[in-house]
Amino acid sequence: MSPATPALAAAHSASRFWPGIGAHWGLTWPALAGAGTLALITALFSLAVPRRWRAVVSGAGTALTGLAGAAAGVAAVTGHRSPTLSVPGVLPLSGVTLAVDPLGGWFIAVTGAVAVAVGSYAIGYQGRAASRPSAAVLPLFVASLLAVPAAASAVTLLACWELMALTSLLLVLAEHKRRPEVAVAARWYAIMTHLGLVCVLAGLMLFAAHARGDSFAALARAAPHLSPAVKSTVFVLVLVGFGSKAGLVPLHAWLPRAHPEAPSHVSALMSAAMVNLGLYGLIRVGSGLLGGGSAWWWLLLIALGAVSAVYGILQAAMSTDVKRLLGCSTTENMGLACVGIGAGGLFATTGHPVLAGLALAAALLHVATHAAFKTLLFLAAGSVLHAAGTRDLDALGGLRRGMPATTLAFGWGALAASALPPGTAFVSEWLLVQALIHGLHGASTATAITLPLAVSAVALTAGLAVATFVKAFGTGFLAKPRSAGAAAAHESPGSMLAGMGLAGAACAILALVPGAVLPAIGRAVAAAEVAAASGAGGVVTLRLDGLAGEVSPLLLTVALLIVMVAAAAWLRALPARSARRKARLWDCGGGPLTARMEYTATSFAEPLQRVFDDVLAPETDLDVTHHDEARYLVASAEYRGRVPDRIERRLYEPVLRAVGAWGDAARRLAPGSVHRYLGYGFYAVAGLLIVLAVTR
Amino acid sequence: MNALGVTGGVLQAVIVTGGAPVLTGVMRQVRARLEGRAGQGIRQPWRDLRKLLRKEAITPEGTSELFRLAPLVLLATTFTAAVTVPFVTTASAAGPVADLFAVVALLAMGTATLALAALDTGTAFGGMGASREMTILALVEPTLLVSVFALSVRAGSTNLAAIVAATVHDPVRVISPASLLAAVALGVVTIAETGRIPVDNPATHLELTMVHEAMILEYAGPDLALIELASSMRLVVFLGMLSSLFLPWGIATALTPLALAGGVAAFAAKVTLLGAALAAGEVFMAKIRLFRVPELLAGSFLLALLAVASSYFLTGPNL
Repeated sequence: MSPATPALAAAHSASRFWPGIGAHWGLTWPALAGAGTLALITALFSLAVPRRWRAVVSGAGTALTGLAGAAAGVAAVTGHRSPTLSVPGVLPLSGVTLAVDPLGGWFIAVTGAVAVAVGSYAIGYQGRAASRPSAAVLPLFVASLLAVPAAASAVTLLACWELMALTSLLLVLAEHKRRPEVAVAARWYAIMTHLGLVCVLAGLMLFAAHARGDSFAALARAAPHLSPAVKSTVFVLVLVGFGSKAGLVPLHAWLPRAHPEAPSHVSALMSAAMVNLGLYGLIRVGSGLLGGGSAWWWLLLIALGAVSAVYGILQAAMSTDVKRLLGCSTTENMGLACVGIGAGGLFATTGHPVLAGLALAAALLHVATHAAFKTLLFLAAGSVLHAAGTRDLDALGGLRRGMPATTLAFGWGALAASALPPGTAFVSEWLLVQALIHGLHGASTATAITLPLAVSAVALTAGLAVATFVKAFGTGFLAKPRSAGAAAAHESPGSMLAGMGLAGAACAILALVPGAVLPAIGRAVAAAEVAAASGAGGVVTLRLDGLAGEVSPLLLTVALLIVMVAAAAWLRALPARSARRKARLWDCGGGPLTARMEYTATSFAEPLQRVFDDVLAPETDLDVTHHDEARYLVASAEYRGRVPDRIERRLYEPVLRAVGAWGDAARRLAPGSVHRYLGYGFYAVAGLLIVLAVTR
Repeated sequence: MNALGVTGGVLQAVIVTGGAPVLTGVMRQVRARLEGRAGQGIRQPWRDLRKLLRKEAITPEGTSELFRLAPLVLLATTFTAAVTVPFVTTASAAGPVADLFAVVALLAMGTATLALAALDTGTAFGGMGASREMTILALVEPTLLVSVFALSVRAGSTNLAAIVAATVHDPVRVISPASLLAAVALGVVTIAETGRIPVDNPATHLELTMVHEAMILEYAGPDLALIELASSMRLVVFLGMLSSLFLPWGIATALTPLALAGGVAAFAAKVTLLGAALAAGEVFMAKIRLFRVPELLAGSFLLALLAVASSYFLTGPNL
């Protein structure tokens, strides 16, 4: 907390001069104000400095903004109270109201930490190619991400939400001159994020219409007096809005488009920090402001989460574009966190506060673990794109020779993502499964049917995640290079490696000593008004409070290392000849193996594609051309296989076609004839006059 | 962690490491006799291991450090599981590691590392084996976790020591519908995870059917010895888990020499019997097509789900 201490002193002296503003400012506000100021200064400097320094200024400023934000978040979750800040007149209608409680603080801390790694990475990644707008918008995007959880009124939340959407949209568009797909992806993103905003807006305005004012305090006071129908309508509207931001199925269509096409450091920020805020909104409004509500809300959320998790990881398992794979895996992880949030809400409404705390703590821990490993994976994928010039796993391979550090980073991230010990996601998924399993005691029938199905969905997700990340790491980084670009790949500059190192260290801390962050999560859970505490604790051994269950990732890792070292030493001590001899691979006597004989990512995933044939509905095309002289001889055969997103095909394309047809129909009204337009005007005025004459 | 658990852990380390190749030998011998052959004798796997350990280490061209580390990781994960799962005593050597999920994930970690090593060789065989093994692993996971769910409901914990202790105190629960259904589901999981017929054939080297053998095709010498040892230990760990969860008789509950000797003897006898039964069953069965395996696993998943349902509906919501 040392960077915030001088700021605190300054705030104290300031409050002496303006005693009306507040006697005690806490540590949070100075740090957040610092983050905002840093972001603005960085944006202005990035516009002004010459191209040579632009990436350095923008990246370093973003990292510092993130650091200040992380300090603010840590201050909030460690129990430093901060007053509510109200500035009337800045925004129309209600002004700006800000407050940071431990729940918001947790999301601010996660966002800030992601921004530190991303900022450091962006220095090398943007390099000389940094364009002025994208360099200037990056710190502003981080600032808007930090502002959303600090908002304490509906209007402030919506304003920050829109700021976040706009800045991220500009960043997604950064490379639109180089690739036409970027524009398509950005259009999808712009439309879906704004439809989401409309839903949140409608939900919160409906809520505020029944309350005195739109501040969160007023909304929370009004919630107990609302009719169940209004409460449920508000919940469903915000679920659609926030769910689309979190990439939940079936509102995930923008995610696998925008994440691959954005620059990699922006993908990392969006995937590790921005989508979390959808979950924040759900917890804040669903549990906090609406105060729980009915059980079916949470059963719906569990179902959506489970479907998103399984569908997301299946799409990731089929994907050969490494960044698209990571984007689909974001849908999966948000789904898992939603299962936790839904279980937390369900247990809270059915009167099991200990379990509710445990489930929500699992979700919040999963948010942090996902942020850590997804930052690492996206940054490593960006380095690969930077070095090999392709994101296609079928064209990569053999990167471990040219890029050892990046290979290590991606491997560590892949282990973290696949929920195997000593990986990071193992701990949060363990907590989640414990909460679901213990929930069967004294459960109602609906809960008793939901919980085993949720556990099986989590289990299938975990199994498919192992297969997906073995595929991504094994075919992308190991084996032989499958293209010239992959063979010539070289290691990234130091600043990019530093960004990956920070994210990797965060993964290691969360994986080995998750108990260190659980007290903070406990305060966040209490602030969400779900339960009094997180339901688990302990630094070396993670123990559930009030329930039987313990696991120690640290002990497990140490045991594994000891056995490995002992086995290696035993092998050394054997009387065998110590030098290793090089030998040819087994090639069936057919001469040296080439890269074309390797298994590719597509062939690796083929058995899974066949198993899940009915769900995925893959499309295959086989064109066989015969010789003209002899019809029985094949001249050439062309095979095309594709696994389209089935939900998109069934749900979005009909809507898009209908809208297109409607547009075409409207075009027939405008054939370009001036007489016709004058006629429209005449008939419209005449019609209006008739209506007025009849109704008056 | 107590004296009983630590003693059990040390005993298990010795028995599982020393006995695993013998169990493989017994199973081969049972098959050979039932098929009308003389067989190699039950000590042949140990003789093979000794031979492999004396050979020089081979590094296939183009493989990386991961290829050389994978056998060590596989052995470490299996050994850690063998020490911590309560086989001989009701207490575990390291309670916080003996969570059923942690053990399952630990064993999956070994498999995933081996699959990465297979991909590292860059051969078609390696990729084929890795791809098939990962597909089976992904599909086994739901059955495994839901069976664990069913078993943990009455013990109120997923800790193996707690489940085993609860079963020892109340042996009747072994024949409850939930326990029986979970036993069948876990039996199928054991067959799939240890690569036995009908999911995989440990004796084949035919490229159309290999799964595990395709992954380890490039290994030779001491590396192969480690993998063979770890694979046979893995079989013992799975059979031992089945015996501890569903046949917990004879397991030592007190730290006396007699109880410990009884625990060791009971463990050895149960695992040998289960292994012999598995081998005898294999004689009468053929390996099924890879794409029929999901049907088998879906069936076992259904049984596991029924186990959870019966544990809730047949005992009432408030247990």
